[in-house]
Amino acid sequence: MKNPLRFARSASVALVASVTLAFAMPAQAQVDFSGQTVEWWIPFSEGGGSDVWARFYAPYLSESLPGNPNVIIRNVPGGGSITGTNEFVARAAPDGLSIIGTSGSTQFPYLLGDSRVRYEYADLEPVLVSPTGGVVYIPASLGVADASELGKLEGTQLVYASQGATSLDLVPMLAFEVLGLDVRHVFGMTGRGDGRLAFERGEATIDYQTSSAYLTNVVPLVEAGEAVPLFSYGVLDSLGNVQRDPTFPDIPHFVEAYEMMHGEAPSGVAFDAYMAFFGSGFAAQKPVMLPKGTPPEIVETYRRAFADAVANPDLQAAKGDILGEYDQAVYDDVAGLYEVATTIDPEAREWVRNYLSENHNVTLD
Amino acid sequence: MFDTLMGAFVGLLTLQHLGFMGLGVVLGLMVGILPGLGGIVGLSLLLPFLYGMDQTSALAMLIGLVAVIPTSDTFASILMGIPGSTASQATVLDGFPLSKKGQAARALSAAFSASLIGGLFGAMILTGFVVIARPLILSFSSAELFMLSIFGLSMVGVLSGSNLAKGVAAAALGLAFGTVGAAPATGEYRMDFGWLYLMSGVPLVIVALGLFAVPEIVDLLRGQSTIAGKASKLGKGWIDGIKDTWTYKWLALRCSGLGAVIGAIPGLGGSVVDWIAYGHVVQTSKDRSQFGKGDIRGVIAPESANNAKEGGGLVPTLLFGIPGSGSMAVFLAGLILLGIQPGPAMADRNLDITYTIVWSLAIANVMGTVLCIFAAPGIARLTTIRYALIAPFMIMVISFAAFQATRSLYDLIALLVIGVIGVLLKRFGWPRPAFLIGFVLATQAERYLYQAFQFYDWAFLTRPMVLAIMAITVVSVWLGARKKPGESAASVATEGASEKATAAQIWPQLVFGALVLAAFGFTFYESYSLSQLGGIFPTTVAIIGLVATVVALAPLVLGKLDSSANFDAETARRESDIRGGAWAMLGWLAAFVGAVALVGFFAGLMIFFLVFLRVVAKASWVRTIILTIAAAIFILALARALNLVMPAGLLQAHFNLPWPFR
Repeated sequence: MKNPLRFARSASVALVASVTLAFAMPAQAQVDFSGQTVEWWIPFSEGGGSDVWARFYAPYLSESLPGNPNVIIRNVPGGGSITGTNEFVARAAPDGLSIIGTSGSTQFPYLLGDSRVRYEYADLEPVLVSPTGGVVYIPASLGVADASELGKLEGTQLVYASQGATSLDLVPMLAFEVLGLDVRHVFGMTGRGDGRLAFERGEATIDYQTSSAYLTNVVPLVEAGEAVPLFSYGVLDSLGNVQRDPTFPDIPHFVEAYEMMHGEAPSGVAFDAYMAFFGSGFAAQKPVMLPKGTPPEIVETYRRAFADAVANPDLQAAKGDILGEYDQAVYDDVAGLYEVATTIDPEAREWVRNYLSENHNVTLD
Repeated sequence: MFDTLMGAFVGLLTLQHLGFMGLGVVLGLMVGILPGLGGIVGLSLLLPFLYGMDQTSALAMLIGLVAVIPTSDTFASILMGIPGSTASQATVLDGFPLSKKGQAARALSAAFSASLIGGLFGAMILTGFVVIARPLILSFSSAELFMLSIFGLSMVGVLSGSNLAKGVAAAALGLAFGTVGAAPATGEYRMDFGWLYLMSGVPLVIVALGLFAVPEIVDLLRGQSTIAGKASKLGKGWIDGIKDTWTYKWLALRCSGLGAVIGAIPGLGGSVVDWIAYGHVVQTSKDRSQFGKGDIRGVIAPESANNAKEGGGLVPTLLFGIPGSGSMAVFLAGLILLGIQPGPAMADRNLDITYTIVWSLAIANVMGTVLCIFAAPGIARLTTIRYALIAPFMIMVISFAAFQATRSLYDLIALLVIGVIGVLLKRFGWPRPAFLIGFVLATQAERYLYQAFQFYDWAFLTRPMVLAIMAITVVSVWLGARKKPGESAASVATEGASEKATAAQIWPQLVFGALVLAAFGFTFYESYSLSQLGGIFPTTVAIIGLVATVVALAPLVLGKLDSSANFDAETARRESDIRGGAWAMLGWLAAFVGAVALVGFFAGLMIFFLVFLRVVAKASWVRTIILTIAAAIFILALARALNLVMPAGLLQAHFNLPWPFR
């Protein structure tokens, strides 16, 4: 445990909150799932990050739902997660026996206005939001010690090994754009691991890894003096402000890095666009939702169940790298982060669409 | 290091750990036997049980499953001519002819013993290699990976059967199919017809089953007999097979090395390992006359390589957290659920975990081989059953395997379409292995070429490793192409080499050729509207394909009917056939897919079983119903264990039905 105090605090806060809730909300219409099976849809194949996340949560959710139903993961892969989510909104009954967990890859086409998307996030009932984070780093050989020295890179083109312009790597792309870095994106990587290998080979000269991969694979490089962290994406507090990532309290977050480089806070439509996709891709990456029209007492049951599951000391002890140090948004905290994950200012959307079509030939219709 | 190695061994030797390993092994064997189902399905079955298990038991169970799938998938390849999983496609080429000659026992025991050598070799590689592999893996950049894809494609030369132009055209067709979906460089969608399904391309498992399984099922059904035919015995040669492996032990070791190394290079994927091993044995053999007709070396080579591949594939998975294949991706998820984060520490601080995996791999390979040898006589009896009774089960299993891809009706439609292509390729002697290699390597070749160019510009061609692989490729092509005096064609009888198939009527071949030309024309036309980066690869493929197809068809158009280009398997009269031939059988498959489209997978399957068993197999009502119930139980148990909703049809779109009809 990297920070036992923090863990104990967040666990106890969650515990107190859920106990208070239990008293504050007298039993509404009794919801009982005894002997039933809850299907947790994951629009990705077995083995992906979202799959692992859901499989980790499933037993604790089962324990916390009234009647301890069997919670199973149903993978519906294909179409970059659009297929499975489309199918969920078309087919899942609002009876509390079907829930879905999506990811940034599902939210991005929705935010970009992809015509193949048939799901409307505003209609679904969110009951949990899981944040995640990542750290951007560069080779030590560039001679940049931290973000304040990024100005030195004026005239140097960096190379980023990307999974694609509309993938989660849209977030670093927009981050580099806002910072004013000159970065060439080489597409077609099949995962962030590919990007890290390209970095280690010296092919890529700027990269990011999600928190757990950063800790296991990049920290050794930093300790060996081969890589330098620039910034973490950070997390969002309840007011929607970017804060330092609890996993990396010593690394400045993106907004700080911008200020270190430019001496002022970032603003403008490009920054708005970055914030929308950062929110959807990191700070509020994985929401769990119930279908449209689910009766309020069932939604309430789930909200409470996830609050209890997160407060479960067993979950806290086992969460390791799967949930990381991030505070899981439950109960009253869900709505705010969910909105971050699933909304974008129309002007910012237009800007991103133009940016993608002008720079990367991406046409979305 | 040695202490850790021994410590891990002793740690495994408890009843509980070995028990869980046995569980994984048995499940792996069962999943491996079923055609098309492999590590992904097997591991997915185990994932839900990891919660609360201790690390060593869980690792032993997962590895036990992974280790034995390339052993048991041999059954389907050798006995039925259907690749048991993507790792044993090449085994079919010689294994199935051996089986038809009544030498199934010999082929199986050679395959199992070769698998054992491969598996143990893979474990050994992992033991030593994992400590030093890091710099080596890092030295394979996109440039080297591109050259390796070219090396893989060069195998088309030896796998082209009697006519090289057809081989190249078939490979180009595979490459063109492989470009469907998002372009690696730009993300543009190519030839997707606006369908979400084609966004990420046609799934590999569907292409493999469509090309190899569907034509074989169709052919066997038309034979109206048992698979073993007149040679209805498994044969005696158990000892012979082991002797064969002993005779070719250096070949087995070479191919194990090949398999382990290719498996260890992240990005190339294991699905071509067996073909490369097969190409290797053909190229380096003096007498090549029996390849494709039942040469035992053609079984030993791919089987030793595909087991060794698993050990190799674990290296990048453990060291970098980069899965080399679909099943490794699920294994990785299992590791993370167990609280193990792959990374450099696996060769250092967590070496004990790595060595637990090594020992599990080794022990599971031994367990798997022994169990397979014991199970073989029973399983082989399947080949003596009238095929019409087995066919519906085969169709059930391959369609079940197919819809693992996206769990939808589209998977079945894709299977049907590729199946028709497979039947036609087989009929007209266009080598299907070449098509498959093209398909598998299309994405890799394009992606790595683009990336190599982006990272290094033209200088990528002068990197030392690139030059080395280039040299190996040239040598390998030369080895394959050299002719000995008296040898008519310097290649394997993979396809289109039957003597009797020189057709007098050539219009069916010309029509098919015209369709292929149209496909290339369409590829060319479609890439025209793309950006330069997204279109260059399909354009090149289309041009190569057009030229090769024209060369392949020219003798026919010019009336040179004695050319090796002239091939139509339908010319030869079959000893027995059914009315309507292949089209009638494909019609049954289409009717099944149609039934699924109307009433959903489960109900469609039941109807198909009843009608097929009554009409085609002419089974009694009692037998029909018993077999249908057996199928229902099987499919329900498997679907339940995997938490599957089966593909829905029109009925399900309008009514909310209870599972399994949902």
